Amino acid sequence: MTQDKILHEVTQGEYKYGFYTDIEQDALPKGLNEDIVRMISARKNEPEFMLEFRLKAYRHWLTMKMPQWPHLKIPAIDYQEIIYYSAPRQKAKLNSLDEIDPELKATFDKLGIPLDEQKVLSGVAVDAVIDSMSVKTTFKETLAELGIIFCSMSEAIREYPDLVKKYLGSVVPYTDNYFSALNSAVFSDGSFCYIPKGVRCPMELSTYFRINAANTGQFERTLIVADDDSYVSYLEGCTAPMRDENQLHAAVVELVAMERAEIKYSTVQNWYPGDKEGRGGIFNFVTKRGMCRGNYSKISWTQVETGSAITWKYPSCILRGDYSTGEFYSVALTNNFQQADTGTKMIHIGKNTRSRIVSKGISAGKSNNSYRGLVKVLKGAENARNYTQCDSLLLGDKCGAHTFPYIEVENKNAVVEHEATTSKIGEDQIFYCNQRGISMEDAVGLIVNGYAREVINQLPMEFAVEAQKLLQISLEGSVG
Amino acid sequence: MLSIHNLRAKVEGKEILKGINLEVKAGEVHAIMGPNGSGKSTLAGVLAGRDFFEVTEGEVMFEGKNLLDLSPEDRAREGIFLGFQYPVEIPGVSMVNFMKTAINEIRKYRGKDPLSASDFLKYMRLKAEVVEIDTKLTSRSVNEGFSGGEKKKNEIFQMAMLEPRLAILDETDSGLDIDALRVVAGGVNKLRSKDTATIVITHYQRLLDYIVPDYVHVLYDGRIVRTSGKELALELEEKGYDWIKQEMMQ
Amino acid sequence: MEPNTALLGPDNDYLRLFDANRGKLTQSIPSFLVDLRKEAVESFRMLGIPGKKNENYRYIDLQTSFNNTFRKELQPKNITFNVEDIFRCDIPELDADVILVLNGIYYDTHRPMRELEGGILAGSLAEAFRLFPGIVEKHFGKYADHRKDGLVALNTALATDGFFLYVPDGIQMKKPIQVINLLMSDEPTFSQQRNLLVIGKGASVSLVVCDHTLSPEKFLSNNLTEVFAARDSRFEITRLQNEHNASTQVLSQFYMQEANSLVNNNTITLHGGMVRNNLYVQLNGEGAENNAYGLFITDQGQHVDNYTFVDHAVAHCNSNQLFKGVLDDYSSGAFNGRILVRKDSQKTVAYQKNNNLLLTSDARINTKPQLEIYADDVKCSHGAAVGQLDKQAMFYLQSRGIGRDEARLLLMNAFANEIIAKIQVEPIRERIAELVGKRLRGELSRCHNCTMHCC
Repeated sequence: MTQDKILHEVTQGEYKYGFYTDIEQDALPKGLNEDIVRMISARKNEPEFMLEFRLKAYRHWLTMKMPQWPHLKIPAIDYQEIIYYSAPRQKAKLNSLDEIDPELKATFDKLGIPLDEQKVLSGVAVDAVIDSMSVKTTFKETLAELGIIFCSMSEAIREYPDLVKKYLGSVVPYTDNYFSALNSAVFSDGSFCYIPKGVRCPMELSTYFRINAANTGQFERTLIVADDDSYVSYLEGCTAPMRDENQLHAAVVELVAMERAEIKYSTVQNWYPGDKEGRGGIFNFVTKRGMCRGNYSKISWTQVETGSAITWKYPSCILRGDYSTGEFYSVALTNNFQQADTGTKMIHIGKNTRSRIVSKGISAGKSNNSYRGLVKVLKGAENARNYTQCDSLLLGDKCGAHTFPYIEVENKNAVVEHEATTSKIGEDQIFYCNQRGISMEDAVGLIVNGYAREVINQLPMEFAVEAQKLLQISLEGSVG
Repeated sequence: MLSIHNLRAKVEGKEILKGINLEVKAGEVHAIMGPNGSGKSTLAGVLAGRDFFEVTEGEVMFEGKNLLDLSPEDRAREGIFLGFQYPVEIPGVSMVNFMKTAINEIRKYRGKDPLSASDFLKYMRLKAEVVEIDTKLTSRSVNEGFSGGEKKKNEIFQMAMLEPRLAILDETDSGLDIDALRVVAGGVNKLRSKDTATIVITHYQRLLDYIVPDYVHVLYDGRIVRTSGKELALELEEKGYDWIKQEMMQ
Repeated sequence: MEPNTALLGPDNDYLRLFDANRGKLTQSIPSFLVDLRKEAVESFRMLGIPGKKNENYRYIDLQTSFNNTFRKELQPKNITFNVEDIFRCDIPELDADVILVLNGIYYDTHRPMRELEGGILAGSLAEAFRLFPGIVEKHFGKYADHRKDGLVALNTALATDGFFLYVPDGIQMKKPIQVINLLMSDEPTFSQQRNLLVIGKGASVSLVVCDHTLSPEKFLSNNLTEVFAARDSRFEITRLQNEHNASTQVLSQFYMQEANSLVNNNTITLHGGMVRNNLYVQLNGEGAENNAYGLFITDQGQHVDNYTFVDHAVAHCNSNQLFKGVLDDYSSGAFNGRILVRKDSQKTVAYQKNNNLLLTSDARINTKPQLEIYADDVKCSHGAAVGQLDKQAMFYLQSRGIGRDEARLLLMNAFANEIIAKIQVEPIRERIAELVGKRLRGELSRCHNCTMHCC
């Protein structure tokens, strides 16, 4: 029982990023209609094709209903109460860092994301997105020398319309699902990245998302294209202030990997999870999908999900090229009243395609954590291989851990394996640690980190350290 | 009995055997030694017909037949036995059913009637005694849950059952303690005759204390680089493989 | 013409059938049953036949089968010849009490209820309605909820007969009971069988059930069994499904298990056009254990679909599920299993596995094992695999002189044996091993004209 008590205390940690920055905002009125969609497009000086894209998406969205199948209890969302466009007001064009609103800069400093290139963690280029706007992209020039385009989505739409036209919506069409349709209609910014043929991106690219303003939804759009024989590693981090109401985050991320290209996409998701009573927090309903278009291409998703009131997303891979590889490594931790329904889809289309799924769920408090995954092997996908390992750890007797894998195989040469276990934290392991003088809290932290190690190891160094700390913090007061 | 001429083979595009020549006559015991990665197990696999290996050149004649034209099972039916380095576990297939199927298929191939169930069991019991294998093992699934030593004993037991003309023992000594080694070697020696031949593949000289070879070959980088009598094994034991490598360099 | 005949079509034809037979369906049955039927009709009106949009039925198209137009009667007409003369389903050395059910109706009208050793009652469910309304009322419709599944509703509304078994407390039945379900008709036939099995405290019984089609016509059956296993009871059921390619069978089994009861449920699907097995288990007393094992072998255009739902409603219960499929030609299969561990069901041990062999490029398998867990001190795991025969094992067998075909058969039999080995009654186990062996050799793959050679 003392264990339960300590576990309980350990998981009661506070959210450390819950501050709010007072920045002057340029916002559209709340609510959603065609005029709002047109206004968003106009604000961003978008070419005609983008407005058409948005309007088509919006009209399609009107015909859709929010799906009911996830293992989540989602309160009704009033889409007319959301502000769809809110941007920090700033000068028309930034020429140097000094021109960024000092409050804004301070915000990112506080988050540990310095926008000053000299101070930036070595080898990481950052695109900082606050509410709906990209505020600063670092190291652009360095990257440009290699032909790498790394900029905000708005800029890409203006500067590289052909690339955007070619790839936007090619992996996640607006018709794909309810939230992709919504995002396609109202997305305001995000990151764009193009790695030319044969280029290995020398530094980690990173987007840092911050929701700041109240009542706003965040709808960013990320598109990464890796041309033949290129490589890029991309990181995504996110935080939000503590607010009593729920805020919607419905992003779309599209990845395209051409012949022999490799994209590694890592997420450390730490949106505000709501308070201990389950008030507030972000609804994180994101569509992330990668297309392995070329032969021998590879897409690898790694996610550490500790935040959000509700997480509902399935970063997926369409393995179209022969010999292409998809990977999904995930740690999802839920505490208090958080809910998560997350996993992946691996669609094997090309020959000799491989996929690997490692999912580690950790449930604490009164939370519910579900893994949901689809492995589909189409008829022509000769010699497809999939291995899925999916473990759930329960900390306490008031939470839930669920596993819903779907396996659909239409090819006899496929080998698909799924294994899953659910257990509580090992008392003998804790005792062993205790006996060696380690406190209960540290022991749980150690064991949980060990449990998640296989996934955390996939993250780039700086992120791995952050993820590890995050797990510990998110568990504070929850071990039970 | 067995005549290998300029045998070359690849694995996943990489050439492992680079022209093997070897003559084995009835009644002889040949030892093939060599450092790790020299191609010993590949040679055994190629002779038994494993399709993982691709033969690119050369000829293997066994009792006047072109071995490379035959399927793995027909090679076995012709009298080739491979003692595996890592015998695979086959859950759900009982040893009795497995051996009975094998023996009767081989008998069929040779134009003989199948053994009746009772004759088969008698025969199996007899052979189990010869190689001193615990009959409890024969009532289990093939190799399932067997210890390393039990698996190797089981290989020798199967060899006794199938009475091959040519036995190829691939690292049969690896992972065995001295008592198990004695049992395994004893089994092999009991099965030696003037009509049969044995190829013993081993990394160490130890096994050759028990199974005394007529010839010792050293396989290095896909070729047989030295052939001599049993004293070669002792020399290798003493000096290691480095001196062969050095000689090759010169 | 009898008023109880209707053309089978969309869902409302079933409703019409109820209206047309209201009198018959509500006469000479206990009043609680009359009410239950009426409620079930309303449920069916709401639910209909489950379609692919129903998550539990996403891999099977039952609506087409149920909407198929063929003559349907509430009670299939009498067969004029003596079934016993033409059918012998003997399992060598199996000493069992044999019970025949023809087209869903208990066959032996002369002796509709038998009393076996120890006061065991075995007979017609319709007869049990009349003779033992007390027992029936206590259990009937209590475990199969017509509000949750249209097929349960349909059976509850319209089924009139089936098999009834009552084993009094403390009775250990030595002989197994063999129930033979026959489908035989000279026209396409729809039937619904309803079974109720009540196993008393500390009682023990073993049941063998064989499903056969004896004539080549189309058959559609929607069968339902409810089993109550009282505390400390033991129950083993082995079912052999062997129907022809023009048959569609839905079998829903509902178990309610009390403390320390043990149920072993073995389902061998040897042959059948379209088969859907629903298994619902509620472990309702501490120490209860349920083991569900299934093997299905499909070829041509057959489809076999297994759905399981094991509900760990209390602490300290064990459950095991192992389902294996061998799929040939352009056949398809599905496994959809769910384990629910409720809050406070601590010390639960639950295991679930589905393994499949695909033999051709046209065969398809969908598998969806699910865990839903709300208690922390549990050991739960599940797994699913789709693959082919182990290449290394194949080579090992070949290197011992065993030919490719024979080696494949050995390995396929080994794959199947894991399930067969779970069957406790030896003569049945041996008989099934033999039948499965033959089936894997393809010797039984043409069941069309086989009326009685299959057993």
